[in-house]
Formats: sequence, C-alpha cells, structure tokens
Amino acid sequence: MSEQLTFRKGLKDGLPICLGYISVSFAFGMMATQGGLPVWVALLISMTNLTSAGQVAGTALILSGGMYIEIAVTTFVINIRYMLMSLSLSQKVDAAMTNLQRWVLSFGVTDEIFAVAMQQKGEINARYLSGLIFTPYFGWALGTFLGAAATGILPESLRSALGIAIYGMFIAIIIPPSRTSKPILRVVLLAGALSCLFTFTPGLNLLSSGWVIIICAVAASALAALRYPVAKEAQT
Amino acid sequence: MINYTYVLTGVLIMALVTYVVRMLPLVVFRRKITNQFIQSFLAYVPYAVLSAMTFPAILSSTASGWSAAAGLLVAILLAYKDKGLLTVALGATAAVFVVEQGMALAGFPL
Repeated sequence: MSEQLTFRKGLKDGLPICLGYISVSFAFGMMATQGGLPVWVALLISMTNLTSAGQVAGTALILSGGMYIEIAVTTFVINIRYMLMSLSLSQKVDAAMTNLQRWVLSFGVTDEIFAVAMQQKGEINARYLSGLIFTPYFGWALGTFLGAAATGILPESLRSALGIAIYGMFIAIIIPPSRTSKPILRVVLLAGALSCLFTFTPGLNLLSSGWVIIICAVAASALAALRYPVAKEAQT
Repeated sequence: MINYTYVLTGVLIMALVTYVVRMLPLVVFRRKITNQFIQSFLAYVPYAVLSAMTFPAILSSTASGWSAAAGLLVAILLAYKDKGLLTVALGATAAVFVVEQGMALAGFPL
C-alpha cells in the first residue's frame, strides 16, 4: 500500500501547502524588513525555523531587543504543539525509517505537513515525507523572499483576504472526516469550543496561544480516547 | 547599524528550540505504542490541534470579522462537499475579498 507513496506524490500533495505558505510567509517577510531586518536575515529565519506563529513572535522579540531567554521560552511555548504532532507522527511512519532520516525529516514537521501526512491511509515512508516537506519549504522561503524584497507591493485588500487561506486549509482537513465520524466531529467541536473559551474568558485569555492549543488538544483528544477508543489496526 | 551578533544569536536560539521540540519525539519513539488509550489519543490529536488553532483565530485573520465569517462559511460549505485543500483555501480567500470590496463600496468601515 505504501508503494504508492512516492517522492513525487509527496511533492504534489505539498503543492496546496506551498501556495498557502507563499502568502503567509510573504506577510512574514514584509514584517521582518519593515521592522528593519535585511532581506537575507528574513530569509535565514524562514529557512531555519519553518514555522509561522513561532518565528513571527521570535522575530518581533528580536526587533524589540528582547532577552535571549525570552526568545527561547516564547518560541518553545508556541511550538510545543509540534511535540504532540511529532509524537503522533512517530506512530505513523514505517519501521524502515532510519535514525538519520528521522533527524532530518523532523525539521519539516509543521501543522499543515503533519495534517496532510496523517491523512494518508496506513504508514508513511521517508520518500513521501521528503516530497511533502520539500514543496512547502520552497514556498515558505520563496514567499519570505518576495515579501521581504517587495514590501508594500501587494495591495492591502489582497493581503487581508490571503490571511484566511491557511485556516481555509485547516477547515478542508477537519470537516470531511467530521462528516463521516461522530467521534472526530465531537473532538473538533470540543477543541474549538475550548479554544474559544480560553480566548474570550478574562483571565484565561492571558495564556499564550501555544499553551491554549496544547491544553485544548490534550483535553479534547483524551476525552474522546476514553469515550470512543479506536479499534486496534483500524486506526486511520 | 544592526547588531548582527545579537540578531543572529536570537535567530539561532529560535531555530534550535523549534528543531529540538520537533525532533525529540520522532527520534525517541521508535517503537509502536500498543496502549489503546494512547493510540486513540494520538489518532484524535490532529483534528483537535487544527480545530483549536482555527477557532476562534480564523475570525480575526482578515481586516474585518464580517469578511472572515463569510470566508469561514464558504470554507465549511466547500469542505463539506469534499473539495480539495486548495479549492477550499482559495474559495475562502475569494469570499473574504468579495465581501471586503462590497463593504468598502457600500461605505461600511472594515
């Protein structure tokens, strides 16, 4: 079954992510150069971090002269969700994946790449995952460069509209399985509702978004795992 | 002008922290977890994470809550009809664009 998961299929599956990333990283590139960083530093940040919220927050701290420890903790908290994703992914990759491949490919675990990888039936191999990471990585770098180099060329109306693109992609990933699986629907509704609660409740909204995502995801998934245990081998 | 030592050290810290967070679980957990609760938990995690990241953040992802709501609606509709990732993303973007242009024409503040 995993024979069909070729490098080429990975590249192709990564294309929608790539397009989404170009628009998001475009905004990041603009932010970085508007803040006074040269184009090459903006590009360097994107090519070494490959994460939206984390690098935006970290760059904002650098621009405002934040302390190193502050940069480290903020990046950690916002990106701690990747631990959950990598753990999930560690159960999805085939046993043939070598240590070196794990060291390299784990660099490319992002929300979107993770989501598309987990959508595949059965185990996934290193070839497919490489392709799936390559196209978005290229788009992330390209968008950053374009945004950093061409600050202000894109009209505000278009930039605003593109802001929703990445969330549109998330919706496209969570809705179809919610339609066919009641447990997944409940997980989606519960996690979304909890997240709203944390965002709008005074006091609770002081928590940073990284922690909120962790708490909501762990609570919703744990409850669902207790109430609707997935049958062994039938796991998607 | 720019303190490159500071900036580049900051970038290095960001990159290292982000990498270690991603790398550790994938490198450490070589064996399949057999515990049914943990298996189920990990199967639900992707949907829970994406949902928590989308709601309510999607509503403030554009210039106006109204345009974002329109985009969200279109996205849900298209996704419900099993359209692909790109179609749904572009559909939502188009809806936001149309609504914001309409609001601007009608003189509503964004």
